[in-house]
Amino acid sequence: MTTPDLPTLLEWYSQMWTIRFFEDNAIDSYRKGLFGGSTHPSIGQEAIAVGAGAALRSDDQVLATYRGHGHAIARGLNLNAMMAELLCKDSGCCRGRGGSMHLCDVSRSFLGTNAVVAAHIPIAGGVALSNKLRRNGRVTAVFFGDGSTCEGAFFETLNMAALWKLPLVMVCENNGYAISVPTSKAIPDADVARRALGFSLPGVTVDGNDPLEVWTAVSTAVTRARQGEGPTLVECKTTRWERHSAISAGKYDNEEEAMKWKRVDPIPRFAIVLRKMGVTEERLEQLRDGAFRANQEALSFAKSSLPPAPETVGDYVYA
Amino acid sequence: MSTRILSMAEAINEAIRHEMRRNPEIILLGQDIGVYGGTFGVYKGLFEEFGDDRVKDGPLCEAATTGFGVGLAIAGMPTIVEIEFCDFLTLASDALCNQAAKMRFFFGGQLKVPLIVRTPVASRLGLGPQHSQSLEAWMMHMPGLRVLIPSNPADAKGLMLAALRDGNPTVFIEHVRLYSTKGDVPEEDIPLPLGKLRVVRTGGDITIATYSGMVGPCLEAAKVLSEEGVDCELLDLRTLAPLDREGICASVRKTGRLVVVHEGHKTAGVGAEIAQTAVEGAFDYLQASIKRVTSEDQPIPTGTLQDIVFPNTTKIIAACREAMA
Repeated sequence: MTTPDLPTLLEWYSQMWTIRFFEDNAIDSYRKGLFGGSTHPSIGQEAIAVGAGAALRSDDQVLATYRGHGHAIARGLNLNAMMAELLCKDSGCCRGRGGSMHLCDVSRSFLGTNAVVAAHIPIAGGVALSNKLRRNGRVTAVFFGDGSTCEGAFFETLNMAALWKLPLVMVCENNGYAISVPTSKAIPDADVARRALGFSLPGVTVDGNDPLEVWTAVSTAVTRARQGEGPTLVECKTTRWERHSAISAGKYDNEEEAMKWKRVDPIPRFAIVLRKMGVTEERLEQLRDGAFRANQEALSFAKSSLPPAPETVGDYVYA
Repeated sequence: MSTRILSMAEAINEAIRHEMRRNPEIILLGQDIGVYGGTFGVYKGLFEEFGDDRVKDGPLCEAATTGFGVGLAIAGMPTIVEIEFCDFLTLASDALCNQAAKMRFFFGGQLKVPLIVRTPVASRLGLGPQHSQSLEAWMMHMPGLRVLIPSNPADAKGLMLAALRDGNPTVFIEHVRLYSTKGDVPEEDIPLPLGKLRVVRTGGDITIATYSGMVGPCLEAAKVLSEEGVDCELLDLRTLAPLDREGICASVRKTGRLVVVHEGHKTAGVGAEIAQTAVEGAFDYLQASIKRVTSEDQPIPTGTLQDIVFPNTTKIIAACREAMA
């Protein structure tokens, strides 16, 4: 594993801002009534999508949750098609049927985001099994929250993936809350990674707000998976700044929690690393502006796109 | 078309074996499907022929096994998951109903989900309330799923071939009591059309619509009624989703009377859907109230007490007489 070079790290920085602005636009568009349903922002968690995404090959498959805009962006999904999907337009990546919680682009091996907690984890296990049976050298990465690790589907998949030594990388984004319930009220151990111990696979915990640390842990897991040694559970500790979903009530109930997020916000933290490497303030500004502009274009594209024709509402139910 | 006598279990086995030879990417998942040959022996010899990779015997965990099936399917590997009793579909229901059934739709047609969940209805074995249910109505309620439910060996082979070539998520429901029943089965691999019922017996006085394990008792009832001068038309629905609504209505338009028979419970059961289908498509032809002969709306008792709860030939005859009165 070679440490990423400076152009790569600058690309990460740009991607983190792209995710941040995408989420800002998503929340703003929702509040303006540009789309119904809801949206689940990943603000504060960008380093995981970017660091883990960078550890994967372009033909590796990725599955994520409804808080999955960042993973889709890290996977290189078209930003216009993504925002159009949020606004339920026909030009959306899923033809406006799925919306914010169901993004997918098979051409990018992004096998979608899912709105049922933990349900996609065994599906990712099946995709990983297909890789193993086909001996194609591909790895499947699945992202989920700490809340998912209380579901049976998670434990059943740990068991089967370890049993069959599947090329599966399981990335838990432990943001401390399942909607309103803190992990202390849901999980007996402070570290989700320790759940792997009972299933005979490695579990590691990293600082999820440091993209380099995430990248390192996920790269190790990917190498292990690709070499046929089986799955790894990587727990990335992070902080969810926004409420669970745009329709949910309340952010954090105390100022102390809010200030904690300010201290760990992954983007300014990563800017410090880049400055130390000699990157100028002007260059950082340029990357931030580029990400902002790309998102403004995506929003304009989405707004000006047409919704699906009413007569096509029943399309795609059966093949 | 040449045929031989096979049991229903052998007919399903043959369909799967032939398709697995044709398509090396078809995978079987489940518990007890290896050397054991499947809970009721449907997979006899498949493990020996196709090996550990394709006949993937595994732990008992219906939720993840079905989820894995969805994953294999969206990766392009058609997968058959065996659920040991249809009562356990409850454990597999998220993967089946929230994932498999909707995934092609919510991803805008980007993926196919060629997943088949095979599961037996084990009613009348006396195994009690958690091993005797007929839950096809639950599955039929879910847009995006196919629900196939054969009553004889030839149809079982044709429907399994159809499911494997169709490429949509399918619940394939097999009646345990029918596994050993024998019948002529074509040697050729000819898929049956989906959404086409079979007229088992033609008649002009009353239509009996049924499927799966109740086709036999209905046929017996029709024979008794024929001696009384009542000429029954017996329909084997075969595929509940898609449902041959026109086939049902055409028969009711001819006979003017309808009795629906099934082993699932009455309330919000398949019979209610069939009855309303006839009301919508053949109302002006109906000469009598539509009757339903079903399991009672209560849990199935263990042992012989179950007999009171299930439909039977006597109850079918009584319902037909009422409809004729």
